[in-house]
Amino acid sequence: MPGAALESINAKPPVVEAEGLVRAFSGRRAVDGVDFTISAGECLALFGPNGAGKTTLLRLLAGLLAPTAGSCRVGGVSLRAGRAARAEVGLVSHASMLYGALTARENVEFAARMYGVRDATRAAKRALVQMRVADRAEAPVRALSRGLQQRVSIARAIVHEPRLLLCDEPYTGLDEVGSAALTTALAERRDRGAALLLVTHNLNEGLALATHAAIMRRGRFVRHESRIALDPVSYATAYRELVTADA
Amino acid sequence: MAAPAMPTAPELPELLRAAWLIARKDLAIEFRTRTAFFSAVVFALLGLTIFYFAWDATAVAAIDLAPGVLWVIFTFSGLLGLQRSFGVEQADRAMDALLAAPVDREAIYLGKAIANFLFVAGVQAISIPALALFYNVPLAGVWLPLAGIALLAAIGLVAVGTLFSAMAVNTRLAELLLPMLSLPFFIPVVTAAAQTTARLLAGRPAAEAWPWLRILLGFDLVFVVACAIAFPYTLDE
Amino acid sequence: MTERLSIAGAPSATRAPIVDGWLAAAALAVAAAYVRIIWFTPPEATQGLAQKIYYLHLPAALNAYIAFAVVAVTSIVYLWLRDPRADRVAEASAEVGLLFTTVVLTTGPIWGKPIWGTWWTWDARLTLTLFLWFIYAGYLVLRGAIPEPEMRARYSAVLGILGALLIPFIHMSVYLFRTLHPMPIVLKPDRPSLPPEMLQTLLFSFAAFFLAYLALVRARYRLAVERALLAERESHSEGER
Repeated sequence: MPGAALESINAKPPVVEAEGLVRAFSGRRAVDGVDFTISAGECLALFGPNGAGKTTLLRLLAGLLAPTAGSCRVGGVSLRAGRAARAEVGLVSHASMLYGALTARENVEFAARMYGVRDATRAAKRALVQMRVADRAEAPVRALSRGLQQRVSIARAIVHEPRLLLCDEPYTGLDEVGSAALTTALAERRDRGAALLLVTHNLNEGLALATHAAIMRRGRFVRHESRIALDPVSYATAYRELVTADA
Repeated sequence: MAAPAMPTAPELPELLRAAWLIARKDLAIEFRTRTAFFSAVVFALLGLTIFYFAWDATAVAAIDLAPGVLWVIFTFSGLLGLQRSFGVEQADRAMDALLAAPVDREAIYLGKAIANFLFVAGVQAISIPALALFYNVPLAGVWLPLAGIALLAAIGLVAVGTLFSAMAVNTRLAELLLPMLSLPFFIPVVTAAAQTTARLLAGRPAAEAWPWLRILLGFDLVFVVACAIAFPYTLDE
Repeated sequence: MTERLSIAGAPSATRAPIVDGWLAAAALAVAAAYVRIIWFTPPEATQGLAQKIYYLHLPAALNAYIAFAVVAVTSIVYLWLRDPRADRVAEASAEVGLLFTTVVLTTGPIWGKPIWGTWWTWDARLTLTLFLWFIYAGYLVLRGAIPEPEMRARYSAVLGILGALLIPFIHMSVYLFRTLHPMPIVLKPDRPSLPPEMLQTLLFSFAAFFLAYLALVRARYRLAVERALLAERESHSEGER
């Protein structure tokens, strides 16, 4: 069991619970026993060196992978029990997961319909406005810059107002303007009561949004604490040590 | 890891709804760019032309050659459409978004298959009249059963082709593997379709074509179900 | 759970050689069959010496079908249990099956030409065997195109099962095609009224080929295990993850 046991500060009901999560690939454990809980309004920033298993963990939580052992529940429902639990999850990645030939609006509307959102058109418009990209809504996505594509991708991920938002290195390739917009949007989601899991290499960006922070190494959480209890400087040093130890 | 379960009956409307959404999306993409459809049509027309000039018109009448040519062309132009089927999901990892959504995996397969089916049917809708034109095939009175055969053959082609397209796109030799894996499976379809068409055009009684048609129907039934069941196994879960 | 099985079936500490007693016995059996075929079996009255290829052709065909059935069954087993051993057997059986299928496709024409004057004919068995060859070839090319072991096993299993589903349709199509287009029966199916010596030779040859099948699959399986062990060692040594 990694780090200090955690009590959620506001004791809200948990949005996502992972218990003893294990995922192995051909004998190698990418995720090797992970336990944590994220409640509404919380953001867990997850740091770690390459190959630590962060992306695999995210894919487990998104329902893209089945655990080899252990369980993960979203809103109390196991992700493997059926497709219903996936409706509560939104996924942002460094790949945009968009269809280049379709417009931003069409992409987000498609996502809305896939998630069964009523009045998909209005929801899509709302999401695009929120991500400040509504003025380019009718442009085919491949004509947009990377930063704008990422914003459309986030709009796609939030259009169904998921209770859990999973972000895998979403800052990759974003410029300052784009990064600021992303941070604002994620903070907004968090403050509206969503639970966030933010995987990133960038300590500053991660800690800016986080209510809790964890470091993952070789498939396990080696540190897991609340943001308030944490001193950014010593944290950065400890993190650097852990990363170089693996190199 | 347990095998994915088949959707139970009450979920069927939801399955079809999701499948249709995905099919619509694929068709929207295809319609936006149109390159694949256009290429497949041009390819079909070129094929018809090449075959016409490639044999001795005095030895074999055009109308005798027509069924064989039609269904060979159908196979290869269909493959062109199938190639791009899962390619759109690979760019920017859009497939992840599909898999993360609350839809059954079988719905993804069905949606893609429906889109491919409409693609192939569209190409056929142009190739068959073109064939009639180039090869002096009188379609009056037979075009309806011919359309029926065409649709049945398209179902078979698309059922298998969609699955192999999903598999091939994840491998190193995608463009080579799709035809290589699919063509043995297409042969019962093509044979049955060509034999039925030949009898149809020759004005033979329907009873003669029935055994072939039965093979085609059986193939469609078996492989639509088998490939829908097999599809989740092609996903990395 | 599955991780422990990834190198299950590995030979014990005394690394078993790939060429072993089985292969030696099989080689002997096949050689003995050849000897019997050539020197100790009377030639057939009408077809002469060329008919003796039949003793290779038919057993090879039967074993090719057996190999295919093994591929299909182990494919189902793999998808059900996710045991890598099933996948290795499927791979081994497919390669050996391809070998036997090639033997059938080469001995068929070699027999056909002197007897019927044509190298190839679309008779039922030869056509079916040709399709088997295509499916085997596709199976092996598919395997070659996927570096990752788990995905490779999964995809191969899907193809193996679908291939098995295809065979009845091919058979039906060929049968229907032939009844409507009568063709000379070049390679007649086994006639029950074979004289006893020929029947014995046939059975002996079949047994020899079957032994060869088993021995080759065993050897190929071991090779697959060695490769898997090597791959594991490499991935462990390239740094802890």
